[in-house]
Amino acid sequence: MKSLLGLFLVGIATPVLAQQDHGAAVQQAPADPHAQHQVDETGGDPHAGHDMPPKPSEPTDPHAGHQMPTAPAKDAHDAHVGHEPGIPDPPVAPPSAAALRGPDHAADAIFGAPAMSPAREIARKEHGDIKSGMILIDQLEAVIGKGKDGYAWNAQGWYGGDIDRFWVKTEGESRFGESLESAEVQALWSRALDPWWNLQAGIRQDFGAGPDRTYAVVGVQGLAPYWFEVDGALFLSDKGDVTARFEAEYDQRLTQKLILQPAIEFNLAAQDVPELGIGSGLSTAELGLRLRYQFVPEFAPYVGVKYERAFGDTADFRRARDEKAGGWHLLIGIRSWF
Amino acid sequence: MTQTIDRRSLLRAGAVGAAGLGFSGLFPAWAQTGSLGLAPQMPTLSGEDIHLKIANTAFTVGGRTGHAVTMNGVLPAPLIRLREGQNVRLHVENTLDEDSSIHWHGLIVPFQMDGVPGVSFPGIKPHTTFVYEFPLLQSGTYWYHSHSGLQEQQGHYGPIVIDPAESDPVAYDREHVIVLSDWTFLHPHQLVTKLKSEGGYFNRQRQTLFGMLRGGPEESMSASDRAMWGKMRMDPTDIADVTAATYTYLVNGHGPQENWTGLFRSGERVRLRFINAATMTIFNIRIPGLPMTVVSADGLNVRPVTVDEFQIGNAETYDVIIQPTEDKAFTLVAESIDRSGMARATLAPRMGMTAPVPPLRPRPTLTMRDMGMGSMDHSSMAGMDHGAMAGMDHGGSHSMGSMNMRDKSLVPDSVKVGVGVDAIAMSPVDRTGDPGVGLEDVGHKVLTYRDLMSLTPNPDTRPPQRTIEVHLTGNMERFMWSFDGEKFSEGVEPIRFERNERARVVLINDTMMTHPIHLHGHFFEVVNGHTGSYPRKHTVNVLPGGKVSFDLTADAPGDWAFHCHLLLHMHAGMFRVVTVRPLEGEAA
Repeated sequence: MKSLLGLFLVGIATPVLAQQDHGAAVQQAPADPHAQHQVDETGGDPHAGHDMPPKPSEPTDPHAGHQMPTAPAKDAHDAHVGHEPGIPDPPVAPPSAAALRGPDHAADAIFGAPAMSPAREIARKEHGDIKSGMILIDQLEAVIGKGKDGYAWNAQGWYGGDIDRFWVKTEGESRFGESLESAEVQALWSRALDPWWNLQAGIRQDFGAGPDRTYAVVGVQGLAPYWFEVDGALFLSDKGDVTARFEAEYDQRLTQKLILQPAIEFNLAAQDVPELGIGSGLSTAELGLRLRYQFVPEFAPYVGVKYERAFGDTADFRRARDEKAGGWHLLIGIRSWF
Repeated sequence: MTQTIDRRSLLRAGAVGAAGLGFSGLFPAWAQTGSLGLAPQMPTLSGEDIHLKIANTAFTVGGRTGHAVTMNGVLPAPLIRLREGQNVRLHVENTLDEDSSIHWHGLIVPFQMDGVPGVSFPGIKPHTTFVYEFPLLQSGTYWYHSHSGLQEQQGHYGPIVIDPAESDPVAYDREHVIVLSDWTFLHPHQLVTKLKSEGGYFNRQRQTLFGMLRGGPEESMSASDRAMWGKMRMDPTDIADVTAATYTYLVNGHGPQENWTGLFRSGERVRLRFINAATMTIFNIRIPGLPMTVVSADGLNVRPVTVDEFQIGNAETYDVIIQPTEDKAFTLVAESIDRSGMARATLAPRMGMTAPVPPLRPRPTLTMRDMGMGSMDHSSMAGMDHGAMAGMDHGGSHSMGSMNMRDKSLVPDSVKVGVGVDAIAMSPVDRTGDPGVGLEDVGHKVLTYRDLMSLTPNPDTRPPQRTIEVHLTGNMERFMWSFDGEKFSEGVEPIRFERNERARVVLINDTMMTHPIHLHGHFFEVVNGHTGSYPRKHTVNVLPGGKVSFDLTADAPGDWAFHCHLLLHMHAGMFRVVTVRPLEGEAA
């Protein structure tokens, strides 16, 4: 309680001290305190140019507010402010009836509505209605491992406003000199759900070896806490099979231009799809680590490694084809966007 | 007097700029390097009839030439010098193939002369001329610029000086106009596209792992704090959206290499009229070795206050007096707020003299205060355990980790907390006493809004009758910016005032960026504790996580623009119309 009282007293005393500081500052000031003000030639009164009646809450000395150069930076001024309540905020209230009367658009009365209406529409669009687009080739890489070397890509592009966008995704892989092994293209409508997440829905078409399937897609893509880029989607094929995919990646900046990107991908299935070599449950998982150098943000070559492996029936399907269930690969590629 | 110069000589002067005075014909006379300062005989534009021609022009800086949109062929545009009390007709010819416009920033004009297409007039159509006409009701340092598209980024801006009708209360022997701006060789729409693709595209000063291991002032944030910012998907190094990665910062159209030089004679009182005409850059200005006495803000006189540095938001103007008493050169430094680069000029007794150019200071790091956590500052946060935090959490029992950064209960229903709002300040505080991001600890006196007091008493001392709260909102990641969570393009209601009503507008910055907010057609009083002597401004910087209150007398009937003067924020939606009714001639 005593200390509280003490604080209170200090609070009262401070303005007084501050005013004393003011006085001291003025006295200390070696220069002519009127230096900043041109002497009124006609008046003769050196204060004429000031035209400054005393403030009620200030000492009547009109120079009090000058804060001479010699005054320490943060004393008098701030002390005043901290303890001067000023006029408190009046209640929040809607505009009066008079404020709502009159024409909707003042300029119409002068330039006419036919001239103003199209200009208004342009102004509306130019203040928030931005359409833009981006093409991101996240991965375009040579895949080097046991057996024949191959290549893979993972890219996406979008165009639209802040909320609704048309989104295209494609990924695939194959071996050099062989026909396309697997590839897919998704065409999606994307709608922003919140500051970071987008709901995406559309279709996916597969190409390459094996039967070409068409899927309905619904997914969520966005930015998770801690800056993880996340993409998860459910796929329903034209044969009624349900599969899912979950991807996440993270950019760890080592320097402004050197970036280490760990990435994971899981593929899941609700049932066996033997024609496609997919087993139910967790079918495949992939862990990638790519180190890229951003010459400019839009262009970054990288090297990396990935470990990919199949599980359960998917692994059995692979073994049945004399393939290994999983293995390591060396990656050399380019990340680019424009 | 300049007013007696006939129209033809004015035209000539405006069109050729200072071609006759030097080889560097693309600069107006006042902006020539080696300028002796403004002088009556200088071919500025003055008088009752002024002709301006908007055109595509080439602009060269740093040895590279790009496309600019200029007035009378020069960048910055010609100085318009007028006298309080006179009338002026400004004939503006648009030779572009697109609409254009000129807004007279800070001038009190009838709304139909304010130059905002779609709000005050239809705009100036291609290959037509629009004549603005209005009386000059004020004096001071102002400027003019396009309000169409993103032309301002392309060079469409210039200074205005209005001499007072009576004697000037500010004494000076010489004056220089200092127009600060930012130039890019990218088309402004490319800037927008890049920011929409990657919100932090231009930030090349982020925290890095090697940086953290190495330490240093830019990397002093602890690992746990980094994790906390990361959890919130907020980047504490996101100080400026567009940086020196693409910008060359200009003083009077000159890059740092060109080193614009203004001359003085030692002992003179030199008035520097600073105008921040930049598109996306807030500057920190200092002249190492020379204190500056601020004598006016946004064109209106303030009680002199001497500082070593000040931050100037986009569209603000400050007049300062310097009095160099030595026969030596001084460097004028205007660092961008994120310290990725600087505009640099020299003030010297003779051409060719230079002073050392200080290196860029370390990039600032945002703090809890910038996040809208009020008094919970960064250092005290770091050492605080989660249990202690819980008590501060607005009565909740959450730990720091589960703090709701978008608590809708903290804002009125009028604020739409949707995709475009990535944060709501939990306890925004009045930051008019703060010098600006990164200037808290620079070791010398930096101007704050609380240092500003109007030289003359405020004309309207009625207490405000109601409060209007406006939240400054955004989504850094998607580059969305708005007031109250709604972009102007979404068809928002205007902010409505009754003519001559006295109201308080409280701007609450829920974002982590500084926003210079500009209201057209009015001066307002920034509520900074100096009741009756509030500084009167047309543009006010609202610090991140902070709030600024201003009292407004809505005495200008009509429709007015109200927006963030970071041009790309305005373009992204941070814009409103303010209406004042009844109009002239209407029954009250």
